[in-house]
Amino acid sequence: MNRLNKLVAIALPALLLAGCELGRKEQEQVGPRGTALVLIADPDSKAKVGEIPAPPYELTAEMVAGEKAGTAYENVQVLGDTSVDEFNYLMQAMTTWIAPDGSNIKDAGCTYCHNPENMASDEKYTKVVARKMLLMTRNINANWRPHFANNYGETAGQENAGVTCWTCHRGNPVPVNNWSTAVPDPGNITGNKRGGNTPAASVAYASLNYDPFTDYLAGKDNIRVGGKAFPTAASSAAIQTTEKTYGLMMHMSQGLGVNCTFCHNSNNFAKWDDSRSQRVNAWYGIRMVRDINNNYISALGDVWPANGKGLYGNRRGPHGDPYKVNCATCHQGVNKPLGGVKMLKDYPTLKGNYAAPAPVVATAPAAAPAPASAETAAAPAKPAA
Amino acid sequence: MAYQNIFTQVQLRGELEPGVPLGPHNDERFGPFGTSWLMGKLGGAQIGPVYLGKLGVASLLCGFIAIEIMGLNMAASVNWDPIQFVRQLFWLSLEPPPAKYGFTFNVPLAEGGWWIAAGGFLTAAILLWWARTYVRAKELGMGTHVAWAFASAIWLYLVLGFIRPMMMGSWAEAVPFGIFPHLDWTAAFSIRYGNLFYNPFHALSIAFLYGSTLLFAMHGATILAVGRYGGEREIEQITDRGTASERAALFWRWTMGWNATMESIHRWAWWFAVLTTLTGGIGILLTGTVVDNWYLWAVQHGFALEYPATGVVDPATLPGAPQ
Repeated sequence: MNRLNKLVAIALPALLLAGCELGRKEQEQVGPRGTALVLIADPDSKAKVGEIPAPPYELTAEMVAGEKAGTAYENVQVLGDTSVDEFNYLMQAMTTWIAPDGSNIKDAGCTYCHNPENMASDEKYTKVVARKMLLMTRNINANWRPHFANNYGETAGQENAGVTCWTCHRGNPVPVNNWSTAVPDPGNITGNKRGGNTPAASVAYASLNYDPFTDYLAGKDNIRVGGKAFPTAASSAAIQTTEKTYGLMMHMSQGLGVNCTFCHNSNNFAKWDDSRSQRVNAWYGIRMVRDINNNYISALGDVWPANGKGLYGNRRGPHGDPYKVNCATCHQGVNKPLGGVKMLKDYPTLKGNYAAPAPVVATAPAAAPAPASAETAAAPAKPAA
Repeated sequence: MAYQNIFTQVQLRGELEPGVPLGPHNDERFGPFGTSWLMGKLGGAQIGPVYLGKLGVASLLCGFIAIEIMGLNMAASVNWDPIQFVRQLFWLSLEPPPAKYGFTFNVPLAEGGWWIAAGGFLTAAILLWWARTYVRAKELGMGTHVAWAFASAIWLYLVLGFIRPMMMGSWAEAVPFGIFPHLDWTAAFSIRYGNLFYNPFHALSIAFLYGSTLLFAMHGATILAVGRYGGEREIEQITDRGTASERAALFWRWTMGWNATMESIHRWAWWFAVLTTLTGGIGILLTGTVVDNWYLWAVQHGFALEYPATGVVDPATLPGAPQ
């Protein structure tokens, strides 16, 4: 009997602890106590902040001021106003970022996009894509500053981390983290998972809808499902819709390596007054990703080769739409991609100093204080009612 | 010192006990079948007799059909692959009809009709089982306390799967059949209706649930602790206390100033258990039908704690914000 008791005494705690991550945890209180506003991280399972390749060479002021690429080269549609030196500097960097020489990528190096016989030719579709991606990068850096601003002690007007091709690509022609629309469920029950109920990595292995992206990161479905009125039911969102938004949030949580309370106050997820300012960044981020997916990636249309016909493999998902961007594409498990290093400053032509007014920069809540600690979070700021 | 052990130490062996004779309108009972050392560790060592009867047979049949519908739907969802069925079992689900069907029974089987069918058979099985606990208790000349406690649990079950969806006019509000899916439903339900922790009936239910475990631990520990004085003869000690009762009572008066009695402790336990699901069911029923957002309700009634605002403004309310 004693042996049985001992066995139970050993086996039971072992079983109970099987789901635990042992070891020291890092924690940071970021809001009032009692609201779960504490960030807990296991240092051992934190995603590594990616390394940043050094610029090809030092870009001097004279080089930036030199002859323009548009006059020196043919068929320069986007970077025409960039100096030849900076143009070549950027081309070299882009090669390292997307199809680095010496990698096992087919046609690695310049020839991934260019015909070496005629560098101006658009015959490789990858060059057409790259041109669109340059426009996209400039658009992100110029018009989506609120996504990068505020919570790291920066304001929308200031220089912020911004993005380069490397932020997502990290030496891959297609960023590792991407999504495409899930194949629709069949009309009968065989093989019908109702869009979820599967251990799917996209929603952190919850049984939630594994494609929350089509509706929220390409479509403009409203994520605000929470009840809006007291006392009666005014909002009509079904539980299933709520689960889909929940799936998206699981993706964001996992993609950024953070918990719900990185943005939300646990007492009411919907309420903005009690949320952390990071939620504002996420709000702009969702709209930025929609802009990227709809106006840049999907807008390329048939430039993306049909599956099985591509020069470099498939660029579309099983449903025929191109691989698109979600939060993890840039963030890759880190809440500040690449640790928030201002990589963009080395590549001034990617900044996209558009003359066109940014849609939101002027009205972004730049005044929102950054609650770095519980003390500063207690500052009595009067929110909009 | 036999009572100082986490397993039952006493096992009776002898002639098997067939139970009291029953009237002519009762069915046959099966067994007793013998004794089991292992079961004797957990409870009585004698297995059987089992009284199945018409209610029992009907209940088991309905329950079997319900589980079969769920299992076959789940198996179909993984293309009838037995390995995937086992690997993904915790994720698999039989989902209620989507919101577009409202609350109607005219739903195609593949789009939630199977869920309605499974729910119907499961409900029939549970109600038949309830009737069985009631009738069997009567036949044994017992009170029907078990049946009414069970009814409280059935109330919560029916609210979740039928009464509330009916009042909301949508099957989609109901809980899916599945291990993780029903947990995800729970979390989504709370998010959708503004944090269920601000639902006072939910709070009551939790208090009774946790209270039940506390009472259970206190009572079990007390009786075991006075086992050497015959403390397990609780019912006799309601009227004839004896030293076990006296010591147990004195222990609690010493430690917390007051004690339950051998009678009242069982009423405490019964009511706590019954009220857990009774209040829980009320809380669920009010959600969405009467209160759409429990947090806002709690703000209005002054019991949602105010936290210092962070100064964050909903960006959608700003002029020129992207949509």
